[in-house]
Amino acid sequence: MTAAAATPLIERDFAVPDIRCASCIAKLEQGLVRDKRIAAARVNFTEKRVHLTHTPDAAMPDLIGAFSLLGFEAYPIGDAAGEVDPEAATSRDLLRAVAVAGFAMMNIMLLSVAVWSGAAGVTRDLFHWLSAAIALPAIAYAGRPFFRSAARALRHRHTNMDVPISIGVLLATGLSLYETATHGRHAYFDGAVMLLFFLLCGRWLDSVMRDRARGGVTALLRNMGTGAMVIERDAAPRWVDATALAPGMVMLVAAGERLAADGLVTAGDSQIDLSLLTGESAPQAVHVGDPVHAGTLNMEAPIRVRVTAAGAGTAIADIARLMGEAAQGKSRYVRIADRAARLYAPAVHGLALAAFAGWMVAGAGWHQSMLIAVAVLIVTCPCALGLAVPAAQIVAAGALMRLGVLVKDGSALERLAEVDRAMIDKTGTLTLGRPAAVNLDAIDPVYGPLLLALAQASRHPLSEVLTRRLVARGVHAETVEIVGETPGFGVEARWHGHSVTLGRPQRPLAGDALASELAVDDDPLALLRFADELRPDARQAIAALRSDGIEPTILSGDRGEAVAPVARELGVLAQTGMSPQDKLAAIARQTAAGYKVLMIGDGLNDGPALAAGHASMAPGSASDAGKNAADCIFLGDRLMPVVQTLRMARRTQAIVRQNFALAIGYNIVAVPLALFGLVTPLIAALAMSGSSLIVVGNAMRLKRGLA
Amino acid sequence: MNGLLFLIPIALGLGLLGLAAFFWSLRSGQFDDLDGAALRIFVDEERDAAP
Repeated sequence: MTAAAATPLIERDFAVPDIRCASCIAKLEQGLVRDKRIAAARVNFTEKRVHLTHTPDAAMPDLIGAFSLLGFEAYPIGDAAGEVDPEAATSRDLLRAVAVAGFAMMNIMLLSVAVWSGAAGVTRDLFHWLSAAIALPAIAYAGRPFFRSAARALRHRHTNMDVPISIGVLLATGLSLYETATHGRHAYFDGAVMLLFFLLCGRWLDSVMRDRARGGVTALLRNMGTGAMVIERDAAPRWVDATALAPGMVMLVAAGERLAADGLVTAGDSQIDLSLLTGESAPQAVHVGDPVHAGTLNMEAPIRVRVTAAGAGTAIADIARLMGEAAQGKSRYVRIADRAARLYAPAVHGLALAAFAGWMVAGAGWHQSMLIAVAVLIVTCPCALGLAVPAAQIVAAGALMRLGVLVKDGSALERLAEVDRAMIDKTGTLTLGRPAAVNLDAIDPVYGPLLLALAQASRHPLSEVLTRRLVARGVHAETVEIVGETPGFGVEARWHGHSVTLGRPQRPLAGDALASELAVDDDPLALLRFADELRPDARQAIAALRSDGIEPTILSGDRGEAVAPVARELGVLAQTGMSPQDKLAAIARQTAAGYKVLMIGDGLNDGPALAAGHASMAPGSASDAGKNAADCIFLGDRLMPVVQTLRMARRTQAIVRQNFALAIGYNIVAVPLALFGLVTPLIAALAMSGSSLIVVGNAMRLKRGLA
Repeated sequence: MNGLLFLIPIALGLGLLGLAAFFWSLRSGQFDDLDGAALRIFVDEERDAAP
């Protein structure tokens, strides 16, 4: 402890998607600090992150290993711990504006109630002046987001929702000031501030939603090949970030690590899992001199790789270019609120102007006509419209997040609600994309504790899979004395005077099958087979998709022989051996035929297709490119969240439409009243808060009844 | 009427106090992990200290 205190500690964030309950918090916070190198661990449950403070000698693989021992998967998040997120700052600014507007609104309301209930003369003037004193600074502060956006729109000579809002608020404030100064009866300070408050709430909800999802996504991003141990002459291996890798460096890639750059194998034999790059499920053997690619997973034994290309020069650069092109189509989608605003804004301006002109012609005088025009602007201002969409979407996104689905933004929910075709990648999407012990149930449970003791001593990917599975079953490790791990062979330990090993089977298996054998004194006891399994509820999810009227097909980069059993088991048509371009073309054909395609995929090779689909989803285990391109990310091993997300998106869309109907219905009632000069500040306040509450209450219904 | 001279500033002052408290709690990170805070009550902090 004293030695650690002398050296500066490093702070790092890890994404741990499996934090689900209070005991996970306790397990992580108390378990991690048992590692001497970890000084402190703090769990952020909302963002599913763990903040670690550790000594500099703890390298990345050690830290991930510490999580693994506790039965959690952890992914490092970018180093810059104090990195300030500009969008998160926006959302905090909005929240401050909401607080200021809320404070001002409540206090002005307090004073207004007195005025409404009949205060007159000096008292009324005093209250109006007090209201003005509160409202003016509050509007100047809280109105900035709208004024700025409106000014920007006007500079570019077009109009958006913020233009009528800004004009309404400014006119109402100006007129109220005039009324106050001339001892008038009606001042609309309360209305103007309330309008800002409700609209800010809508903005803030929208931005919180984007933040939350983005927080979750950045938490998952950069989780693979974030760096490598680099060997230099006359120096100990050191950890180099992926961005700092350069051709010519030699990486030491341990079993279970992802490659951070393209290169040539210079020492060691191993098997490489290409599934994220090509969709191929069977691992490929590599030997000295073979090329290997960034993003692939080293399965079996440590290898040394001389970097030939890093960063933008890697084989994935080509896929990135395709993705950029494919994403352009999606950016043309116009969100439903914006579509509504395009019709709404001119209508509101027109009505207010017509009211002013009409009453002028009718001889009401400019003061009276102005009052009515302002009342029309305030009453029609889209309080409820501004809340209609974000309120529903944030409730939906919150409910989905509890199911382990991250929705990147509101437009994703809108697009998901429209899909009627699903194209699904096989490896890593329909299947788990990592080896699982397929015959663990057939193994005698008495071997469990011994297996766990050996497996947790090793950082081999198969051992980690085994450790997690056994810990999840509540198996407790036998006490053994670990002798050591032989790369490419296995772990050895002493147990009650016997030598026990977990490692490569003594008799080689047919083909490239992955297996691991438990032996006591060279006497094989149990053979564990590992294979990429279908997700446990894949069949159920496919059936549910069909019953929802979405026809699924498989688009796979894998060989036909590997895809056929999956397609047969699920009863789904499949196209195989597809390159990223082929997948893009398949989606383009469906789109041309008028279908809205949902692409579900995980690999780098799915990136362009994910970007091109009308909507797209990726599992949490997907490649960074896949997660970046997808609209939603679902965590965990189950496929059912895909279906639940689609259903939720459809329900959200229904609620949004109801909310629009409510808001428009409210306008149909309120606008004629305003036009005839019957709207007093009291009525405006009641109508505004009433319609907003109804819309929010309607959105809350989404919380209930999630299958 | 005289009562108002006291009551209105008091009402506004209390409101401002609430606003200031909210800004303070926002800055000190109390809103960073709302769900976690709800669960932490179940975490038995002293478990490691006990033998």
